[in-house]
Formats: sequence, C-alpha cells, structure tokens
Amino acid sequence: MILAAHTTQAAAQAVRAAGAAEEHGFLSPTGVEIAFVLVGLVTLGAALVTVTTRQLVHAALWLVVALGGLAVEYLLLTAEFIAWVQVLIYVGSVVVLLLFGLMLTKAPIGRSPDADSRNKPVAAAVALAAAAALVWVVVDAFRTTWIDLDGAVQGSTEVSGESLFRHWVLPFEALSVLLLAALVGAIVLSRKKPSDQNEERR
Amino acid sequence: MNDVLDVALRLLVVFAVFLVLPLVVGQTEHKVMAHMQGRLGPMYAGGFHGWAQLVADGVKFAQKEDVVPKDADRRVFQLAPAVALLPYLLVLVAIPIGPSEGAVGQVVDAGIFFVLAVMGVGVLGSLMAGWASANKFSLLGGLRTAAQLLAYELPMLLAAASVAMAAGTVSLPGILNAFEWWWVPWQIVGALVFFVAGLAELQRPPFDMPVADSEIIFGAYTEYTGLRFALFLLAEYAGIVVLCGLTTVLFLGGWHGPFGGDGLGWVWTLLKTAVLAFVVIWLRVSYPRLREDQLQKLAWTTLVPLALAQIALTGIVKVAIQ
Repeated sequence: MILAAHTTQAAAQAVRAAGAAEEHGFLSPTGVEIAFVLVGLVTLGAALVTVTTRQLVHAALWLVVALGGLAVEYLLLTAEFIAWVQVLIYVGSVVVLLLFGLMLTKAPIGRSPDADSRNKPVAAAVALAAAAALVWVVVDAFRTTWIDLDGAVQGSTEVSGESLFRHWVLPFEALSVLLLAALVGAIVLSRKKPSDQNEERR
Repeated sequence: MNDVLDVALRLLVVFAVFLVLPLVVGQTEHKVMAHMQGRLGPMYAGGFHGWAQLVADGVKFAQKEDVVPKDADRRVFQLAPAVALLPYLLVLVAIPIGPSEGAVGQVVDAGIFFVLAVMGVGVLGSLMAGWASANKFSLLGGLRTAAQLLAYELPMLLAAASVAMAAGTVSLPGILNAFEWWWVPWQIVGALVFFVAGLAELQRPPFDMPVADSEIIFGAYTEYTGLRFALFLLAEYAGIVVLCGLTTVLFLGGWHGPFGGDGLGWVWTLLKTAVLAFVVIWLRVSYPRLREDQLQKLAWTTLVPLALAQIALTGIVKVAIQ
C-alpha cells in the first residue's frame, strides 16, 4: 500500500510537471524536466517490477530502486531535506526491516511459485483506484503551481522546518500522538500474557 | 566551464582520499594490532615495518579467482560489494575538513541527514551478500547485520540530532561554524553514543557478531573471494574513516584547534580523525565480542536512554543560554 501510494505520488508529480509545463512551453523542456520525466519512468518501472516479480528478495531490492528514484525526484524539485529523509527512513529502515523479515522466513533463491494469491485482481483494483484518486487530487490542487528551480531553494531544511512548525504544528502533533499510540499498541500486542507463559512452561 | 573544472577537481580529490585513507587505516590496524599483541607478522617486505606487504596483499587479492557459488543468486551476489562500498564514497563528499569554502567536496544543505541516510544504505550490501550466497552461515550473518542495524540506527540518529539542536542547523559546515570549545563536555554523552553506535553499524569488534569467525565463519562474506572480498574489507576501512571523520566534525569541533589558526584547520581534522581511528583499532584488540543478546540490550536499554537524556540536556542548555 505504501508502495502504491509512492508510485502514484511519482506519477502525480510527473503529471503535475507536464500540466504546468504547458504554460511555460511544452515543446522546449529544460534539462531538469527531462531528467524528472526519465527518473519518474525508472521509478514507475521499478515499482511495477516490485509487485510483479516472483522472487521475493528481488521485489524488496527493486523497492529500493523505486524509493531511491523517488528521492531523486525530490532532489530535482530542490526538496533536499525530504529526499534524504526518504532515503533514511524508507531505504535505510523500512527495506532493512523487510529484508530482515524475508530472511527470517528463509526466502528461497529463485522463483516462489506460491508468491501470488487469488486476491490479485482485487489488489490491482485497489491500487489503481488509489492511484487515480491521488493523481486526481494532486493535479487538481497544484494545477497552476510552478516551482522556480533557478531561484532560491524552495524545499531546504529551513523552509520545510518553518512551514512545518509555524503553520502545520497541530497536524504534526496529532500525527505524533497517532504514531505514539501505534507504538504503544505494538508493545501491548507483542507482550505475552502471564497465563500464556504459564501454559508454555507446562 | 570553470565551475565544471572545479567540481571535477573536487570529486577527484575526494576520490583520491577515498582510495588512500582506508588503506592507511588498514595498514595501521595491522601494525598496531601486531605490536599490541606481540605478534609482529611480515616485517621485511619493503623495509620499514614491512609496509610493502600491503601492496603484496593487494596483488594477491587481484590474482585470486572470482568464484560465484553455483546456487547463488548471481547478479545480487556480484552487485553486493559495490552497494557496500559506494555509499562511503558518497558520504566523504559531504565531510568538511577545513574552515574555507573550498575545503569540502560539496556543501549539502541537510548534511547530517545525507550522511546518515547514505551510510544506512551501505548495510544493504551486507544483507544482499548474506542472502544471495545460498549459504546458511551467510544468511545468519545477514540476519545479525540487519538486527544490529535496526538496533543501533536509532541511538546514532538521536545523538546526531542533539548536535543539530545545539548548532541550530543540519548542515555539517554550519555545525562547525557554530562550534564552541565547551560543546565537547556538553555533548560528550552524545559523542560516546554516536561513536559506539557507529562501531556497531560498521560491525567492528566488539560488535562483530555478524562476522563472528568462531561461529559463522565470516558471516555474509563467507562465500566471497578475490577482489569482491577485498572490496568488502575496503568498505569496512572506508567506514572507519567516515565514522571517525563524522564524529570529529559533529562532536570534536572538526577544524577548530587550540592553536594554529584557520590555515591549519585541515591538520586538526585529520589529526582528530586519526586518533579516533586508533581508538577503533585499540578497541578491536582489547575487547571480547559481545553476544547477540548483550548487543541488543546495550542498544535498547543503555544507548537509546542516554541519547534521549543528551537531547533533553541539549534542549535545556539551549533554552537557558538564549
């Protein structure tokens, strides 16, 4: 699901760049725009391979490519802070956790014939619906926005920090409480009840 | 055109440093360990303390056959050493060694995040190697690597965050510009946490459970031979250089020194890095390996609380002096 969201984000960004480019001349794309589209295509391709490959660990590694491509897209939009956080959290932690889990299950080398489930069409439908919704929302919201890449950096740490802690403090705090609740929930779930332990001893 | 030349020159210098310093650290390790343990090893090649043995070792590695196990996942197996090594090259680009604008490969706005993020990617190389080797010892090594990374990434980040709070910036040159001498005692707990967590991330003794030779041969690198194996070793030494350089920049004031002015700043940086690298080697010789549960316990019950306490202290002092 995270992956689907990211893929759609990348797609949305590509669409957004294309939409805005019309005003600024679609026929004479700048180098950054070309790079953006190319990296976007690579990201999309890697994401597709991630969900279609039959080799479990390869899927995780292609996920690294997709997430890294997304970080490059952020960089191209001068959102440096977000880009490095993306690498730190997703590539450095989430994928490592994924690989850890896969290794614990002794993920075999080669194809896993049972990697597909019968839910495939439903999953595809949900992914497409989520993608469509995200693309639509993003395109609708940013239709006329144009980022000036040559001027002052738009997404530096300072700018991100100021907008986060000046204008978006309440959502930020709400999110942190939500995450804390999830953390506490995880700890509660993973703790064994005393009665279970007694039964195990017998 | 000048800009292009400038960038190319900087990258060339960084690349040269990347090729030279890890080898120097590696050779120093051999010699320091040899003398500390009274087992001198090769002392004659090239004359002084057998320095040319390093060249001979390099030639030896290059000559060895590059074997890929039959059941291994070929492409992932062959790609893993590059994934392990290249991140450290990228990190070196962002570490400033002197006060002037030209003394850093590339100024990165979110420097701390950049270096920690890219260093984390290097561990993927070990995981790929561990899985792709089709060897149970390699797999166990990969598992231990992952568990160790997950445990020690958090205290490392928290300790680095404390410095960023103190300096009010996440850019590495910015942190050095804001540095005052009393930051050393102020941030000393964070420095220890950062250094210890960094050692664990590099899998250096006493945190070398993932490559424990008496249990799992050489962990994720068991099946590697020749140049690819040498690349993994080089990644370890490059990691030492990067960790020591980062600790110097973040906690020990980098190019600030008691005397010598700005012109000699790079000497201070290199000196502090070298002393820290010596400590890394010293720890390897003096401490026994921690067991897996001891490793996890140290991270979660000691380092994380210490790092959080350091952040609280940093916050209190920061508010008090404003």
